[in-house]
Amino acid sequence: MHPILKLTLQRLGLGVLLLFAASALIFGLTEILPGDAAQAILGQAATPESLANLREEMGLNRPALTRYVEWLGGILTGDLGNALTNKLPIADQIAKRMSATLFLAFWAAIISVPLAILLGLVAVRYQNRWPDKLISGITLASISLPEFMIAYILVFFFAVQLFWAPSFASISPGMSLLEQLHAISLPVAVLTLVVLAHMMRMTRAAILNVMQSAYIETAELKGLTTFTVIYRHAFPNAIAPIVNVVMINLAYLVVGVVVVEVVFAYPGMGQYLVDAVVKRDVPVVLACGVIFAAVYIILNIVADVVSILANPRLRHPK
Amino acid sequence: MLKNIPLSAAIGLIITGTYFLAAICASWIAPYGMAETVGDVWEPSSSQFWLGTDQIGRDLLTRMIFGGQTTIFIATAATILSFTTGSVLGFLAAVSGGWIDQLMSRLVDLFMSIPSLILALVILSSIEATVLTLIVIMGLLDSTRVYRLARAVAVDISVMDFVEAARLRGEKIGWIIFREILPNALSPLVAEMGLRFIFMVLFISTLSFLGIGVQPPLADWGGIVKENKEGINFGIGAALYPAVAIATLAISVNLVADWILNRTTSLKGGRG
Amino acid sequence: MTEPLLKVRGLKIGATVYPPGEKPHDIEIVHGVDFDVDPGKVLGLIGESGAGKSTIGLASMAYGRGGVTLTGGTVEVNGRDVRKAALRDIRRLRGAEVTYVSQSAAASFNPAKQIMEQVIEAAVGQGKFSKADAQKRAVELFKKLGLPDPETIGNRYPHQVSGGQLQRCMTALALCPEPDLVVFDEPTTALDVTTQIDVLKAIKDAIRDTGVAALYITHDLAVVAQVSDHIMVLRHGEMVEYGTTDQIINAPLEEYTQALVSVRSIRHEEKQPTEPVLRVENITARYKGTHFDVLHNVSVDVSPGQTLAVVGESGSGKSTLARVITGLLPPRDGTITFAGRTLTPDQPARSREDLRELQMIYQMADTAMNPRQTVGTIIGRPLEFYFGLKGAEKQKRIQELLDEIELGTGFQDRYPAELSGGQKQRVCIARALAAKPKLIICDEVTSALDPLVADGILKLLLELQKVEDVAYLFITHDLATVKAIADSIAVMYQGRVQRYGTKSEVLSPPFDDYTDLLLSSVPEMKLGWLEDVIANRKMESAGN
Repeated sequence: MHPILKLTLQRLGLGVLLLFAASALIFGLTEILPGDAAQAILGQAATPESLANLREEMGLNRPALTRYVEWLGGILTGDLGNALTNKLPIADQIAKRMSATLFLAFWAAIISVPLAILLGLVAVRYQNRWPDKLISGITLASISLPEFMIAYILVFFFAVQLFWAPSFASISPGMSLLEQLHAISLPVAVLTLVVLAHMMRMTRAAILNVMQSAYIETAELKGLTTFTVIYRHAFPNAIAPIVNVVMINLAYLVVGVVVVEVVFAYPGMGQYLVDAVVKRDVPVVLACGVIFAAVYIILNIVADVVSILANPRLRHPK
Repeated sequence: MLKNIPLSAAIGLIITGTYFLAAICASWIAPYGMAETVGDVWEPSSSQFWLGTDQIGRDLLTRMIFGGQTTIFIATAATILSFTTGSVLGFLAAVSGGWIDQLMSRLVDLFMSIPSLILALVILSSIEATVLTLIVIMGLLDSTRVYRLARAVAVDISVMDFVEAARLRGEKIGWIIFREILPNALSPLVAEMGLRFIFMVLFISTLSFLGIGVQPPLADWGGIVKENKEGINFGIGAALYPAVAIATLAISVNLVADWILNRTTSLKGGRG
Repeated sequence: MTEPLLKVRGLKIGATVYPPGEKPHDIEIVHGVDFDVDPGKVLGLIGESGAGKSTIGLASMAYGRGGVTLTGGTVEVNGRDVRKAALRDIRRLRGAEVTYVSQSAAASFNPAKQIMEQVIEAAVGQGKFSKADAQKRAVELFKKLGLPDPETIGNRYPHQVSGGQLQRCMTALALCPEPDLVVFDEPTTALDVTTQIDVLKAIKDAIRDTGVAALYITHDLAVVAQVSDHIMVLRHGEMVEYGTTDQIINAPLEEYTQALVSVRSIRHEEKQPTEPVLRVENITARYKGTHFDVLHNVSVDVSPGQTLAVVGESGSGKSTLARVITGLLPPRDGTITFAGRTLTPDQPARSREDLRELQMIYQMADTAMNPRQTVGTIIGRPLEFYFGLKGAEKQKRIQELLDEIELGTGFQDRYPAELSGGQKQRVCIARALAAKPKLIICDEVTSALDPLVADGILKLLLELQKVEDVAYLFITHDLATVKAIADSIAVMYQGRVQRYGTKSEVLSPPFDDYTDLLLSSVPEMKLGWLEDVIANRKMESAGN
């Protein structure tokens, strides 16, 4: 077998294993902790009878392993069970909210990825000069603030003072795309700012790393123009680390989305998860947790696979 | 040590010190009681209430000072927990190697494959959030990162010739860890400690803001934002004060950490 | 007389340095240098590290590495001053009139592109050849440089060919656009000694056949003597001496040049073997998790107070032998007898006496000392550990040891970062001596040092051997060092002892094929040596 295919398959296999392990971990964390979901729902004031009843109803009396296998089986067949609080199927809720979250994340990614790469290039081009210092200063500031702070600062100035955008991001099916975009402009801006800083910094490091290689010097000493050097020699080697950076930061969006949705009361997966945690609706938490974890893990696997595919040593073995 | 301190690090040290001092002396310097309603709802800042009042008329400066106390205390305790656990296990893995190292490292890989916030949310859905549980959850989740760093640093150092020379001399494991490895690993670890502390401040603030961190009547910076967020829509900036506090604290700690890291590299580089 | 191709006058080069924790500031690294290179001639630039020779070489292409700038003087190529030239004119010069061969071809080739594409890039990009012509020329150059499969090697990627081959490809890359001048920057330094000689010959023939002029930069005077017409000796960014190769090698005027030429001229009377202090018998060893032996049935003896030199190229197993003797790698088979006692194979199980009497000195003095300990602590620890010395008694002994390694008072409180390379290695020697050992294993202890500094270390080691009556097991790839200090020699090749005996036995014919190749490959400071060797040797080097 071609070594690159072998490595890719190995990485994918490991990824699948990791997905199962992560699901077990998430399930396990809600199990081993003192007290169970029934106790948590009813609180300290619960009578032993009501506790027993609820446990029975939730199936908590059966062994944890059995319940895990059933739960996992359910996830794999698209049955996520019913929510404790309103008894509605979780899958229906998630289907709706997932598309909303993806809509948000999609626009944040579309804006932040090219912008981050562009600014990363600018920072490299003007290394140690003012554009580079300005960019790294802004980066430092924006990673020193939690996402919800950035959100409220933007709301305070752009929604409340300037009336440019709504402070609540409510979208409905009847709205045109433009109206929808206007509605989510602030949350998208926050997400963009949050990932932009990390992505820019990592892009800058990745490109610098390539630009400092001896083969770039060789290319410069051939009398090639700066553009040719970058396009022909730096770019093919920088593409893998940059894709890696992008994937890692898209994975980072997963976390950002949770908080931003709460701030803007946006009906997505993140808000659903936080609501469920507050209401101690464990089945919903499990379902959302596993989906978030899976997205995060899959993006990381994609990043690894891209690195493997882009490695000339693996692509052209001896 | 403090003689050649650059300006940026000095500023960082002073601001960080001020925040910690304010946190320690909160009960003495706060102008009012933490839960005391002293004025109208969302009064603007005045000579009486320097930062104005909050959504039920408590003095915001007082809330900020006590909130800072909670935030800084939880972040500090979680950082210490994360550091002791992470570095002890990391060093152990590096020095012992073999299956102990394999087992711990794979377990850490698993925990790090899921974002900490998601894991914290899952755990907090079935456990009550108290100051203690928050510290334990945050500290343990974050110790995976410290573990990776400590292990990597220790592995790097333990393959150096001077460690081999000590082994060949017949030195015991205690001398090797405490006299040869630790002095060289300390600076990167201390610098990392600053970054982990910032992360903890952001983490606990986020949890409190989401309503699953520090619970009332206790105040913390994230909680103050949550309490006062409605004010923003009326153009009242009470919720933005914690933003300023968190940002200045984070940046100052960052400046100090940077300086410590630079000092390390200058010692290692040397001349020649 | 023809107009020189490259005319350098009063060249000054500066750089901005960024020491951590301090303000960046400017320093001058080359302080006014003059020289000419005539068409078709080769000028050797020679000097120790920090002499500024690479910087000067790159200056001829108006190129400064990492913040280096030309601050004064003129650099004229074909009559045009490149210091004042516009960037677009400089680009037209680079890769067309002047080209460059670096020390590490492995790093200088783009890993993502085929070799041919990179070799012809400058020739085509500068409009000197059409793509087809450039390819034809490249194949001819591959042939001339002795590369295997010259027709197809260009289709390979850089990681698919060996280090020696890649260095030849880089030479082809530099010659392809038919430049007037090629800058060779230590092109053979990274290669094994038996590979170096072939690459050197290939480069020399290619220079002769294409009639190109060259700047040949190296720290090895014997190497540059083989290829250059003139030599310029540099030190600390200034010229020391300039002359024909013949004059520099055979009649150097300056003291510094004389020292460079006479380096390795240590004479050491060979002693006859006696009852050995260390006896290595039939050692076979392999690394954990691998399935092949790196040492096969190795047996050598070291006599008390004498030096056994273990020579070989990278991969010969010489450093593994040291690891086996010190107990870091327990052998699969064989025994080691030390001072009459059989040594436990595993180091942690050895007695303190065994550990004390067998000391080790490393190649990289930098990493062999804890950067957080002072010289006093470093030397004092073995005194404390093995002899229980404390307080004034310990201080007195530390001072004695510092005197022995010719470092004065005041060194005790310094940190390793405050010492020069040679001083560091001396401190490591003192640390080993502090244990009063019977045997010291020296693992390539001089190969990271400049020749004159290395010379000083070797002299010190010989002196100490007389005083302390300590035996050395001296591991090295450098035969000149071996000739200088050894009493007996073991030549290692592919994990086996190829040849073993007293120095005079090993170095006298008849030789086996490998020893002949190894011995003959060490550059000698003699004009015409290269041609003699190639004509007379029995075996092809492995690096091809």
